[in-house]
Order: sequence, then C-alpha cells, then structure tokens
Amino acid sequence: MTSMILVELPASLRLLAGIRHEVRVSVDGAVTQRAVLDALETSYPVLQGTIRDRRSKLRRPFIRFFACQQDLSHMPPDDLLPEAIGMGREAFLVVGAIAGG
Amino acid sequence: MSQVRLLVGTRKGAFVLTADGARKDWSVAGPHFPGWEIYHLKGSPADANRIYASQTSGWFGQVIQRSDDGGLTWNAVSNNFQYDGVPGTHQWYDGTPHPWEFKRVWHIEPSLTCPDTLYVGVEDAALFQSRDGGQNWQELSGLRNHGTGPRWQPGAGGMCLHSVILDPTNPDRIFIAISAAGAFRTDDGGRSWKPINRGLHSLYIPDPTAEVGHCVHHIAMHPSRPGTLFMQKHWDVMRSDDAGDTWHEVSGNLPSDFGFVIDVHAHEPETLYVVPIKSDSEHFPIDGQLRVYRSRSGGNDWEPLTNGLPQRDCYVNVLRDAMAVDSLDACGVYFGTTGGQVYASADSGDTWRPIVRDLPAVLSVEVQTLP
Repeated sequence: MTSMILVELPASLRLLAGIRHEVRVSVDGAVTQRAVLDALETSYPVLQGTIRDRRSKLRRPFIRFFACQQDLSHMPPDDLLPEAIGMGREAFLVVGAIAGG
Repeated sequence: MSQVRLLVGTRKGAFVLTADGARKDWSVAGPHFPGWEIYHLKGSPADANRIYASQTSGWFGQVIQRSDDGGLTWNAVSNNFQYDGVPGTHQWYDGTPHPWEFKRVWHIEPSLTCPDTLYVGVEDAALFQSRDGGQNWQELSGLRNHGTGPRWQPGAGGMCLHSVILDPTNPDRIFIAISAAGAFRTDDGGRSWKPINRGLHSLYIPDPTAEVGHCVHHIAMHPSRPGTLFMQKHWDVMRSDDAGDTWHEVSGNLPSDFGFVIDVHAHEPETLYVVPIKSDSEHFPIDGQLRVYRSRSGGNDWEPLTNGLPQRDCYVNVLRDAMAVDSLDACGVYFGTTGGQVYASADSGDTWRPIVRDLPAVLSVEVQTLP
C-alpha cells in the first residue's frame, strides 16, 4: 500500500531544498518516522544529514517531530505514526527546536 | 579594468561585494543562504568562477555549497564527512577523553591548480579532501592519527582546524593549525604529519613549551617565501623562517599581542597586518579604538593604522579568517568585524573606509582579484 505523506519543513530547510510550501512524499508499506524521512531524503537528497545524522540516522539534537498535537520526537523510528498522517489528513512536522532567547 | 570580489561569511548568510580596481564604489549582493552561519567562502585560484562555501547551523548541520558562476548561483554538494575508521578520543575541556564528533567546516582551501580539488578544515579537528568538486570527501587521517591527537583539546570556540596553507612551490607540503593543538605540517601530501610548535610559549597550558596544546589562532604565508610563516597565537605574534620547525616571537611594540587575524601584503613579503585585541577575556580593541597594526620589517616594529577606522567607542572583534589582501598593484587590505562592518583599504592600510556597516557579525572575508 502506498501512502502520500504531507511533510512540513522549517523555513531554513525549505530554502535549502528549494521548496515553497509543504511537500508530499510517497511511502510504501508501514508509515513510520524512518520511512517518511527515507522518502523525504530520496526526493530531496540535499536534506541528507540536516534532519538526522547521515550514518546513525538518529535525529539531530535540535530537531523535533510533531503531528496531531503530539511530540513524536522520541518515538522509536520504526513505530507506526498516527493513522491521520498515513491518511494524509495531518502533516508530519519537522521543527527546529526553540533554542536561545 | 581589474575587479575585486569580496566573499564575506556572516552569522546569518553570505554576501558578495564587488568593485572595480579603484575600489571606491561597491555593489553588495546577498544574503545568500539567509539565516545560516557561513563560516567561510573561498574561490579557486585556478578558476575564479568556482567558489565554495561552508553553510552551517546548530540545528541543521553542515552543507557545502558550490558556485560555478562567480557566486551568482549555488548548488549544494556533499555534506558527507565521515572520519576515517574509528575516530577515537581527544581531550575534553575537563581533561577527560571525549569522542571525536564532526560539527562543522571552518575553513575551505581550494587547490592552487585544480578547481575540483579542495581541502577543508573541520571541527572536531580533521582535514578532509575532495577531488571532484565536493561530491565526495576523504579524510587525510594521517593528521588525526599521527600520535598526538588524544592530547588535543578544544579552545573556547571548539576544537577546530581553522587554517590550511598550501605551499605553491611544493604540492606535497601543507601547513594547518588547530585550536587548541597547534600547527602541523605534512611533506608527503597529507599521509604523514608532524607538530611544528617549537618556540611557542603558552602560559595557559601545564607545560608552556609542550609539543602540542597551543592555541594557534591563525597562520599566514607570502607565496614567494613559502618557508616563512607568521602566526597570531592566543597571545604572541610569531614568525618562522624554516617552515615551522622553529618559531620566534615578533610581537615587538604591539600594544597587545592577543588577536585573531594575521595577513601578509600581496607584494611585500615582510609587510604584515594584525588587529590587536585587548585580551582573551575582553575580545575587543584597546580603549575602544579599532586599529590595524602594520609591520614593514617582518615583525617587531609595528605602526598603528587608524585613518578611517573608529577611534572611540568601538568594541567589535575581528575573527581569525576575517582579513584578506587583494593582489592589485596598490595592495588592497580588507577585514570584517563582529559588528557587521567590512573595512577596505586600497593603499596597503594607510587609509580605510567601510564598504558596509550593518551586516550580521562577520566570520570570514576572502578576496578575489579578477582581470
């Protein structure tokens, strides 16, 4: 089954990737954090290393993942994301954490 | 008529400043990569249209940008910097072992002869090379692994490899410097390295004359004399006439020998420039007076250059990669400040004027002299 996932990126990454607004990426099979980010990086290779470490695939420290009014940042990357994301009703938000004053 | 192009990296983007050979009227383009820290940009000596930029962010990591049209348009190349093998540990601030972790690219040094070959100095300290215009990176791990690496420790700004100098007469010889480890040299194209810190004296480390551990801020060389190096250390301005094997102090009559930048006149290999900073705890000019000091004798005898520079209430800093010289007949000297000013002199430092006053804090300044 293929799902079209709505992803919203912070302004700095939209600028880097040449994206004006949100993007939709295609995920085959289970809709997990890892699958969404793999699909995003496949569509926009310039984002490799900017959201998660290139080798370990761990989330960069000042990046957060929000959706459905929840902080999903600490979810195991292979857990299923909320169904509303897979259905395309809710966006998967990649957020630059608030840091500094 | 000749043209000069300044490549200015700031805390919030890159700017390209251009003028004709008179260097009076400047055009300002930018910001490129707005919002990102641009630690350094540098053009290829072999192809002035090829420029590389280090774009970095505490949130989003490292990106390397490449322009093939003199900075008009840019494309990201690879940001895949992987240390060779298991990188091991260096000293942390508290003296404990700390794993090597890639953080950012501080300095870009394109090859003198090939636009596709370049070196970058990174934090945590290591030297990487690309031979394909930034598409792939390989660490020259002989530096990190030559033996003293576990004793290196970060300076206040991080454990950065910030200076890379290529010997124009010997393609196998490269000089680099690390805060706070010291200076190092390879004579075989990067396979093997040795510390070149004899003569440095640093009171802030347990053994002031240790083989490594010195906080070198910047080194400079005139291309016509590749055996002569100049160094602005944490404290002390130093000189070597044997390719770094030994150093001696040339601080002379400077009002403070603390500072970050040091550079050499394009046509006078004994004419040097530094910007004295009050101290390691007070990173601003002495008495609020921004003064470049020039020595025409290779050090020791220094004269203040003040004409056109603020002489009251000025409390900016000038960071290590934020000074450059052009190669026009009347040598141009440029520097940027943490207050966002970029100053230019078209007469070897005798007079100065600001090109821009209100950029974000300037991290680096490079200049290209174009035909």
